[in-house]
Amino acid sequence: MIGDALHRSTIADLSRLLSAREVSAVELAHLYLNRIDAHRDLNAFLDVRPEVTLAQAAAADARLACGDATPLTGIPVAHKDIFVTRDFASTAGSRMLAGYMSPFDAAVVENLGAAGMVTLGKLNCDEFAMGSSNENSAYGNVLNPWDKSAVPGGSSGGSSAAVAARIAPVATATDTGGSIREPAAFTGITGTKPTYGRPSRWGMIAFASSLDTAGLMTGSAEDAALVLNAMVGFDARDSTSIDRPPEDYTRSLAQPLNGMRIGVPGEFFGAGLAADVESAIRTALDTYRGLGATLVDISLPNAELGIPVYYVVAPAECSSNLSRFDGVRYGHRAKNYSDLTDMIKKSRAEGLGPEPKRRILIGAYVLSHGYYDAYYIKAQQVRRLIADEFREAFRLCDVIAGPVTTSVAFGFGEKAADPVSMYMSDLYTIPGSLAGIPSMSIPCGFGAHQRPVGLQLMANYFDEARMLNAAHQYQLATDWHRLVPPGF
Amino acid sequence: MSLSLADVARIAHLARIEITATEADRTLAQLNDIFSMIEKMQAVDTTGIEPMAHPLGGHQRLREDLVTETGRRETSLANAPAQRDGLFLVPKVIE
Repeated sequence: MIGDALHRSTIADLSRLLSAREVSAVELAHLYLNRIDAHRDLNAFLDVRPEVTLAQAAAADARLACGDATPLTGIPVAHKDIFVTRDFASTAGSRMLAGYMSPFDAAVVENLGAAGMVTLGKLNCDEFAMGSSNENSAYGNVLNPWDKSAVPGGSSGGSSAAVAARIAPVATATDTGGSIREPAAFTGITGTKPTYGRPSRWGMIAFASSLDTAGLMTGSAEDAALVLNAMVGFDARDSTSIDRPPEDYTRSLAQPLNGMRIGVPGEFFGAGLAADVESAIRTALDTYRGLGATLVDISLPNAELGIPVYYVVAPAECSSNLSRFDGVRYGHRAKNYSDLTDMIKKSRAEGLGPEPKRRILIGAYVLSHGYYDAYYIKAQQVRRLIADEFREAFRLCDVIAGPVTTSVAFGFGEKAADPVSMYMSDLYTIPGSLAGIPSMSIPCGFGAHQRPVGLQLMANYFDEARMLNAAHQYQLATDWHRLVPPGF
Repeated sequence: MSLSLADVARIAHLARIEITATEADRTLAQLNDIFSMIEKMQAVDTTGIEPMAHPLGGHQRLREDLVTETGRRETSLANAPAQRDGLFLVPKVIE
């Protein structure tokens, strides 16, 4: 019944096995808990509580037995530690929130739980989701299952490593400037960021509120569509949640690509793009042509200004959001201080790591008197230019395709000492984040050191189904998404 | 433009983060690198462009001003570093 390769099954397969009662939710929970334990060296998980997981699995089996199940009932899922959870600690990868137990579950956690999914635990990430390599976690590096000397990407590095290693069949993640797509590309899995505002931000520990978007790490586009169906939806508790009727993200998966126009932005193939990545991307574009799609040259002239714009907007919002960590209501409080202000200053100095501090300081500066117009307003104006270019581009094409990253996964320590070079990791992902459009990364080959390459697909607002269609048809024609790192 | 050590001290105070002299030195160099990268956006002409605060434009939805969550005192206090009699404790601020 439980074969050697069950952990490599897709969610669609696991769902069929569960509903046929060929495997139970409790058996699946044991299988993945054992794998998590066997691969602790990856440091992907920050909190695992088998008694909680097994109780949820038993409840899922009861639902399956009485015919009250959804297609996701009994499927295990792990959550990025940015989503607060009642039954597991929620730290955001920060010392500030060590041991924090939330009084409530995030909306995304709630929705997936209501569908009957079983929580395996909480996943490591860059502190407050700030980083591109997971090296900013207060709880240590996460290893890339393809090459343990390489970073798993960030900030959703625990999510990417866990799904790549098949120690979780699906993981939640969050993307503010590329934190789903870049780690998915670095670990050879499918990472999906829906339209901004489509999933609820309620219970997602806030970094940059006009950018933060919940999404998924999965083994395939089909799996992403299945889980998105249960994950997204209007939520009155999130003031930027979009009130639109639910939709079935699997509805277009099977459509052939004949006639689909795929836009290729010239700006994404400039001097900064490594030859090994470019070669894999060009081959993927050829595959699309073979599948009947038409490639269209498009231009996003201001996309390269995404990084400067992002490093004004995101820190400004971060400095505001992280002001809540004052050592009064929750979080770290310094032991020795002279008065209230000193207590707050010392608590923040001790509880926050270097990257959040850097971004808080940038944000405090760009929002301060005399600089607000020159930085914050200017950045918001350029942000609109970038978003408008995407709107124009989508008159000419249905989906945009290009690289996710300039290179394959880099090594530990390679960029850690130089923030600007680390920030450049998100050159191709930030423009879509600023616009708020759906985008994803799907594996499309390997580059230097046999490290994975990701193909980025982007679609117009609310056009996730078409983007997933393009991804799924590519995955029907190729095997990259089925490859699992040796030893996993 | 470039920041000075005094700027770093000022914004660290605004952000309520204690910063040592060594940290301020290192931070100054990093912030100046970051701001010289940010400067690139100043070259774009944005005359008449409306600032974009939110991807989908429009206004933020307001809800009715109603009490929606009650009886949460215990759980809300459970994570407080110091609490007593249902209150968060802070150092004395009024003599």
